[in-house]
Amino acid sequence: MAEPKTKYDRQLRIWGDQGQAALEKASICLLNCGPTGSETLKNLVLGGVGSITVIDGSRVEIEDLGNNFMLDESSVGQSKAKCVCAFLQELNDAVKAKFVEESPEALIETNPSFFSQFTLVVATQAQYVLSMIENMQKGARSYDKGKILTLRVVSFLLDLHQGSFESMGRFELVEASLLRLDRICRQANIMLICARSYGLTGLVRISLKEHTVVESKPDHFLDDLRLNNPWPELKRFAESIDLNTTDPVVHKHIPYVVVLVKIADDWAQAHSGRFPSSREEKRAFKELIKSKMIALDEDNYKEAVEASFKISAPQGISSSLHQIINDHSVEVDSTSSDFWVMVGALKEFIANEGNGEAPLEGSIPDMTSSTECYVNLQKIYQAKAEADFLAVEQRVRSILKRIGREPNSISKASIKNFCRNARKITVCRYRPIEEEFNSPSLPEMQKYLNDEDCRWLPIAIGFYILLRAVDRFAANYNRFPGIFDGELDEDIPRLKATAQAILNDLGCNGSTLMEDLTNDMCRYGGAELHAVAAFVGGVASQEAIKLITKQFVPMTGTFIFNGIDQKSQLLIL
Amino acid sequence: MAGSLTTSSGDGGNRWRDLDRLLTRPGNIVGPTFDPSPELRSELQQYVRVLVVGAGGLGCELLKDLALSGFVNLEVIDMDRIEVSNLNRQFLFRLQDVGKPKAEVAAKRVMERVKGVNIVPHFCRIEDKDLDFYNKFNIIALGLDSVEARSYINAVACTFLEYNSEDKPDEDSMKPMVDGGTEGFKGHARVIMPGVTPCFECTIWLFPPQVKFPLCTLAETPRTAAHCIEYAHLIKWDEVHGGKPFDADDPEHMQWVYSEAAKRAELFGIPGVTYSFTQGVVKNIIPAIASTNAIISAACTLEALKIASGCSKTMTNYLTYNGLEGLHTKVTEFVRDKDCLVCGPGTLLELDPSTTLQKFIELVGDHPKLQLSKASVTHRGKNLYMQAPPVLEEMTRSNLNLPLYELMDKVPKDVVHVAGTVNKDDKKTSALRKLRVVFKGIDGVTDMDTANGA
Repeated sequence: MAEPKTKYDRQLRIWGDQGQAALEKASICLLNCGPTGSETLKNLVLGGVGSITVIDGSRVEIEDLGNNFMLDESSVGQSKAKCVCAFLQELNDAVKAKFVEESPEALIETNPSFFSQFTLVVATQAQYVLSMIENMQKGARSYDKGKILTLRVVSFLLDLHQGSFESMGRFELVEASLLRLDRICRQANIMLICARSYGLTGLVRISLKEHTVVESKPDHFLDDLRLNNPWPELKRFAESIDLNTTDPVVHKHIPYVVVLVKIADDWAQAHSGRFPSSREEKRAFKELIKSKMIALDEDNYKEAVEASFKISAPQGISSSLHQIINDHSVEVDSTSSDFWVMVGALKEFIANEGNGEAPLEGSIPDMTSSTECYVNLQKIYQAKAEADFLAVEQRVRSILKRIGREPNSISKASIKNFCRNARKITVCRYRPIEEEFNSPSLPEMQKYLNDEDCRWLPIAIGFYILLRAVDRFAANYNRFPGIFDGELDEDIPRLKATAQAILNDLGCNGSTLMEDLTNDMCRYGGAELHAVAAFVGGVASQEAIKLITKQFVPMTGTFIFNGIDQKSQLLIL
Repeated sequence: MAGSLTTSSGDGGNRWRDLDRLLTRPGNIVGPTFDPSPELRSELQQYVRVLVVGAGGLGCELLKDLALSGFVNLEVIDMDRIEVSNLNRQFLFRLQDVGKPKAEVAAKRVMERVKGVNIVPHFCRIEDKDLDFYNKFNIIALGLDSVEARSYINAVACTFLEYNSEDKPDEDSMKPMVDGGTEGFKGHARVIMPGVTPCFECTIWLFPPQVKFPLCTLAETPRTAAHCIEYAHLIKWDEVHGGKPFDADDPEHMQWVYSEAAKRAELFGIPGVTYSFTQGVVKNIIPAIASTNAIISAACTLEALKIASGCSKTMTNYLTYNGLEGLHTKVTEFVRDKDCLVCGPGTLLELDPSTTLQKFIELVGDHPKLQLSKASVTHRGKNLYMQAPPVLEEMTRSNLNLPLYELMDKVPKDVVHVAGTVNKDDKKTSALRKLRVVFKGIDGVTDMDTANGA
C-alpha cells in the first residue's frame, strides 16, 4: 500500500479521498507566527495541506520560547517566520513550506494582490507590537546591552521618530489592517480565519462572503425512508409481503420498513387518512405493532416499535432547505456557482417530479431481515434515487443551457452527490468584520446584558466585550492593560471604563460588566498561554479543514474561548 | 535546568514571562488555594510531578502542552511502537521513527525543544508498574483510547484515596486526574478529583459497550459489508485455519479476511467491501485528526495547570466537544456515585480473625459486588500474596495458610488492596479494588459504621 494512504488513513476515514485531494491542493497563508498561528499551521501541515506560507517580520526572543514549541534556544535572534517554517517542514515533507520575513501590516498595506495566490489566510495577533512597546519602555537600560533588543528598539524609535506611532496609534493600525485584509480577501474570494489568544480567553472568527456545503455530514439525521408517503414501487413491494404469514422464520425476517409501511397504511385507513400524531395515538400505534408479533424473539418487530416515530416524520422539505431554495442566489445566471445552479434544479424538481419532496437519498439503515429481502428493498430505494437523480440532472443541463454555459459543465458525479445530500445542503454567510465591529447584531448579548435580573454575566460574552476593550485600551494607551506590574492598579479602572464605553456604544447601557472578569483581563497583561493557543489554534485549523474540504459545517459567528470554566460560546454577531 | 528555574527577567528576558503573569498576580476567579507569588512557578517546577498515560495523539500534545505550561517533572508511559498511520497527528514522530517505542521518542523530542524539562519514558504496560510508581505523581493526565485502560488507571489513583473517621476524603491522599478522549471531530475532557468529583467508574455508563453483531446474522443473513467482513474474521478464519490465531497486524491475515469478505459480499449482492473498510471493522479503527487532539489536550493541560497552581477556577467537571456542525461545547457537572466500589471508602468485609489469606482470596472471588478472581493482596504497601511474577508468588505463597489478621499485624480494621481480573462484557480485564477489612470481636470495631458498607 502506498505510504501517504497509510499515513493519512485515520483522517481519510473522515473526509475521504476527495477531502484529502482538496487539502493537498490548498495553499495556506499565516500572518504572524506566535503560538496561536504556529499551532494552527502544525495541525494543517500534519493533515497534508499543499503549501504553507508563514509571514512574520519579527525575530525570536527569549519570551517566545515559553509558549511556542516551534522555537528553541537556537532560534533566538533569528527570523521567527524562518524558524517556525523550518520546524513545520520537518513534520511533513509532502507540504511546501515557505516564509516571508516581513510584517503582515506592511504587506497588507503595500502589496494587497500578494494574498490572491492563497486558498485561505489565517490572521493571528501580532505579538511583537506588545514586545516592542514593552522593550521601548525599558529601552533606556536595554539600549546598549542585548544586541537584538537594541536593533529592535532602534527600529521602533525610528518609527516613533517619524511620528507614525503617535499620530496613528500603532494598535489602530493593527485593527485597520485587519479590516483592510478582510476587504482584500473578500474581493479576491480568499477565505479568512482570524484567531487570537489572550490570557485565559481567545477568539476564532471566519470571514468570507459565502460558503456552500453539499456534504455537511451531520451527526444525527433522520433516514429518508418515506414510510408515510411510499412511492408506488415501495408500496407494491410492501403489498407483496404478507405480515400474517404463519412461517415463523419468514415472519421474523420481514424488514421493519415493510412492517411500518403496512401498519401505517392500515392505521391511516382506519383514521381517515391521518397518521398517529398525539402521544396516545403514538402509543396505540406501538401497541398495534406489538400485537402483530407471533413470537418473543422477533427483533424486526422490536426495531419497528423503536423506529415507529419515523412514521410521523413531516412530509415535504425542512424549513432550512425551504430557505435555501428561496434564496435570491437561486435566480441563476452565467456567474452563478455550480452549487446554486444545482439548487435551482432542485427547486424545480421539488415543485414538479418531487411532489414537494427532495430527491430520495437512496440508502437504508441496516435492519433485521433475510438477505434477499433486504437487498431487494435496497434496490427499490436505489432505483427511486436514480430516477430522481436523472430528473434533477436533466434540469441542471437545461438550466446550464439557458444561462449560456456548456450543458455538461457539471459532472454526473457532482449532481449525484448533490442529490444524495440534497436534504442536508448548507449555506453559511459571514458579515464583513468591519460591519460586526461597527454594528454588531447582538441578540444573545443583549439578552444577557440588558436583563435586569441577570447580575451574573456569562463569562464568554464578557470576554468578547473585554477583548474589544483591550484593543481600544491599547489604541489609547499604546499598550495592553496590565503589562507592567506597577500600573496594574491604575489599569483596572481604565479598562473598566473602556469596556463600559463599548457597552454604551452597543446600546447596553443598563449593564455592569462583571468586575472580577475585568480584573482578570488586566491580570493577563496580554499574555499568550501555550495551552490556550493550542486550543484556539486547534479550533482554527479544524475550521480551515472544513472550509477547504467543503465538508461538514463550519461555525458561523464568533467563537469565544473561555478558559476559566471551559464554557466557551459561539456568539452570533 | 538551573536557567529555567530562575524567575527574574533580567535584560536577557524571561522565558516564562507570559505564564508568570497568571502565576504572580492575584485574581478573584481563582482556585481556593491560589497563592500568587514570583516563587509559585519554581515551586511548580520543583515539586509537581505529572504522569502522562499514553504517548499517542493526545499524549504527544499533552507532553508538549505540559512542558510549555511550566511543568518540569514529567513521565510518560506507553506500551506501543510508532506506526505510519500515527503520523497524521502524533507530531513528535517522524517517518524514520516508525517501529520505535512511542514513549521514548516522544520524551526525547520534547526535551530537545523545551530546555529544562525532564521527561522519563516508560515503554511498558500500565499494569507492569506497581502502586509505588503511581503514588509519586501529583497529577495523572490520561491520553488513552480504551475504556479498560482508563478504568485501570482510575482504580490505581483511587486506591491512594483515604477517608477520615467521618468518611470525608482526605485531601492529601487525593490524586487528581485529567482525562481526554477523541473520536474524529468529537471529544471530551474531564477533571477527576477522587472522592470529590465522579471517578471514571462512577460514570462508566458514559462509555456503553460496543455493539456486536449477532453470530446468526453473520452466518445466515448478512446484509452489510461489515457483516461479510466479520463473518470472514470471526467465523471463516477459524474454520479454515483451525487453531491458528488471527493477527490483525499481519497484512497477509488481513488480506485473507478481505478477499473472503469480498467473495461473500459478491455472493449475496452486498456492496461496500474494501480493504480499508475491512481494516476499519476488524481493528475497530477510530478515526482521528490532529485538531481535535490538540483541542482536548489543551483543555486537559489548562485544567492540570489550574489544579497545580490554583491560578483559575477549575472546570466542573466534564467537557464534551463537537466540531462536526459548527462548534459545540458543553460542560456538565456529573455527580459521584455514592456506592462506587472504586472511589468510595471501600467495600466492607467483616471477617473472623481466624480467616486465612487463602480463604480471604476465595471470599473476594465469590463476593457478589467484587467477583475479583486471581487476586493479589497488598496491605500498607506490603505484598501479602502475589499471583505473579513467579518469584514473588513463591515468596508469598507461604502466607496463604496464615490468618489475614496476623498478616495485617493484628490491626482490628484497615484498608487492603486487591488486584485481579473481572469479567466485563465477556472480556477479562484487570481490576484493582479497595477493601475495608474489619475483624469481628476485636476491640475498636464498634465505632465503625457497618451500615455504610458499600
